[in-house]
Amino acid sequence: MSMEVEKILSKYPRRKDYLLEILHDIQNHSTKNFIPEEAVQRVAEHLNIKKAQVYGVIGYYSMLSIKPRGRYVIRVCASPICNMMGSCSLLDYLKQKLDVELGETSADGLFTLETSECLGNCAAAPAMMVNQEMYGNLSPGMIDSLLEHYSRQTK
Amino acid sequence: MLKEYRIALRNSGLINPESIDEFIAADGYQALRKALKSEPLGIYEEIYDSGLRGRGGAGFPTGAKEKAAAVICSDCEKYVICNADEGEPGTFKDRIIMETDPHTLIEGLVIAAYSIGAHRGFVYIRGEYELSIQRVQNAIEQAYGRGFLGKNILGSGFDFDLEVRRGAGSYLCGEELTLIESVEGKRGYPRIKPPYPAEKGLWGAPTLINNVETLANFPAIILNGAKWYRSIGTENSPGTKIFTISGDVSKPGFYEFPMGITLRELIYDVAGGIRNGKPFGAALIGGAAGTFASEQHLDVPMGYDKLREVGLTLGSGAVIVMDGTRNLNQTMLSILKFFKHESCGKCIPCRVGTAQLHNTLKESLAQQNFNNNQVYPELIRQAELIARTSLCPLGQSPILPLKSLWEHILVKQTANK
Repeated sequence: MSMEVEKILSKYPRRKDYLLEILHDIQNHSTKNFIPEEAVQRVAEHLNIKKAQVYGVIGYYSMLSIKPRGRYVIRVCASPICNMMGSCSLLDYLKQKLDVELGETSADGLFTLETSECLGNCAAAPAMMVNQEMYGNLSPGMIDSLLEHYSRQTK
Repeated sequence: MLKEYRIALRNSGLINPESIDEFIAADGYQALRKALKSEPLGIYEEIYDSGLRGRGGAGFPTGAKEKAAAVICSDCEKYVICNADEGEPGTFKDRIIMETDPHTLIEGLVIAAYSIGAHRGFVYIRGEYELSIQRVQNAIEQAYGRGFLGKNILGSGFDFDLEVRRGAGSYLCGEELTLIESVEGKRGYPRIKPPYPAEKGLWGAPTLINNVETLANFPAIILNGAKWYRSIGTENSPGTKIFTISGDVSKPGFYEFPMGITLRELIYDVAGGIRNGKPFGAALIGGAAGTFASEQHLDVPMGYDKLREVGLTLGSGAVIVMDGTRNLNQTMLSILKFFKHESCGKCIPCRVGTAQLHNTLKESLAQQNFNNNQVYPELIRQAELIARTSLCPLGQSPILPLKSLWEHILVKQTANK
C-alpha cells in the first residue's frame, strides 16, 4: 500500500486542490476500499496541510471512508424514485443474503452494504452500484447473479 | 409520438463518444473555429440575445452571467467551471450528454472561456458518474491532441487548459459556491452570497460556472445564431430542454423537446402513458427540490415562467411520475429524509430543521388517526422558517415539494373525505 500511495502522490502537484483526487485514487487502489491512517499522514505531508484537514474532508464526503470495507462496496440507490420502484425490498434482500446490516461487511470480507442518494439511473430504477459499476432494473434474481459474478472474480 | 428536437443531444447515439473524428465529421468544433475568429464581446452578446437560461435548475440568464464575468476585469486571472455534479433526484440529463457526446461539452466550455478571457477550467463531475468521468477525460486528451485545448488553440493565440475534478458523494456540492469550495479541496460548505462567482469565485477570482446542458447549447447557438435559437421554444424560455422522465410511465428515459411542451404530452405521448393502465396521480417536476403537479397542471406549457405562474418550477427538467395508487406521503417522507441527509450542518435552522421535518412526518404517519390537515400546515410553517434562515438553496428547498403537495393535491383529497 505505501508504495502505491507514493506512486499516487508523485502524480499530483503539491497543491491542496488535488486532495479529493488523491483520496479517490488511494481508496480505489486499496483492496479494502478505504484510506488508511498512514496514507492520511503522507497526504498531509505531501500537501503541507494538517492531518485534521484531511480527516475533515474524508468525513464530509460520503464516498470516502477511513474504515476498512469489503473488496466491493454495494451502494443501493435510496432516491425517492428508486424507493418507489422497490429499492427498499431489494435492500432487505441484500441484507438477508449477505447477512449484514447497513454499513456492515459480509463475513467473507467481500461486500459492504451501503445506500446512496440518487445515482442518476432513474429510467432503470431500482439501481445500485458495485464499486464503480452501475446496474439498473434490479430484481432479486439479478442480485443473485451479480453477487455470484463478483464472488467468482476474487477466487 | 411527438418528434424530439435535439440540440444539446444532437449527436447522442449517432456518433461514437470515444472518437473525436466522428465528432468532427458531425461538424464538431466548427462553432469554436467561428467563435475564435470573432471578438469575445460578440460571443457573450450572442448567448445573451439567444435568451438561453441556466439548465441546472435556477434558470438564470446565461448571457448575463457570462457578461458579468467578462467585463469585471481584463488581464486578470479568471476561471470557467462546468458544474457536472448532477445529483438532483430524478435527473440524469448531464450524464447522458457526458456519456454520449463529451466533445460538445468541451467545445461549449472553450467557447465560454474565450468569451470571458479565462485560461483555465475544470469539469467537476460527481464521483459516482464513473463512465462520464472516463469519457470526458478521454475527450479532453483527444482535444489536446488536435489543438482544441492547450496553447494557441487553432492558431488563434488563445490558450486554455481543462481538467476533470471528481466529487465524492455530496449533493450540496452541486450548489455553485459549494462546488467551488470542493474544487479548492475543502469540505463542501456553502459561502455567503453575494459576492457571486462572477465576482469572487475559485481562489477569489472571477469565475463563470455553468451546467453541462447549458454549455452543450453553446456550439449550436454560435453556429446558427441567437435568432434561430429564439425561434425554438417559448418567448421567455427559448430553446429546448432535456426532460428525464421516471417512475410510473411505460417508457421512462431522456427526451429533448422545445420548451412549451405540456406535461400531458410528455407523459402520455412521449413516455407511453401511465404503466399498467393506471390513472395519473401526480408528477414531481424538478426533483426533490421541485414541486408536485396535479391533474389540473397537465396542460400548462413547460417553461420557467408559465410553470411559476401556477406554483410549479421547471428546475432540472426531471419529471417523476406517480400513478393514482401511490402513497404520496411516503414519497414526501423519502424526500424529507434526503434533505436531512444532505444538509451540511453549517446553518443550524437547516441542520435541525430538516431533521425535524422528517421526524415530524414520520411520527405522524405512524399514528393511527393520521390526518394531513393537522400535519402539513405545521410542516409548511417550519419549512418556511428554514427557508428564510438558511444560507444556501438546500434549506430553501423543502418548502417547494411540501407546499405544492399540500396545496395542489392533499388539500383537495382531505376536503373530499
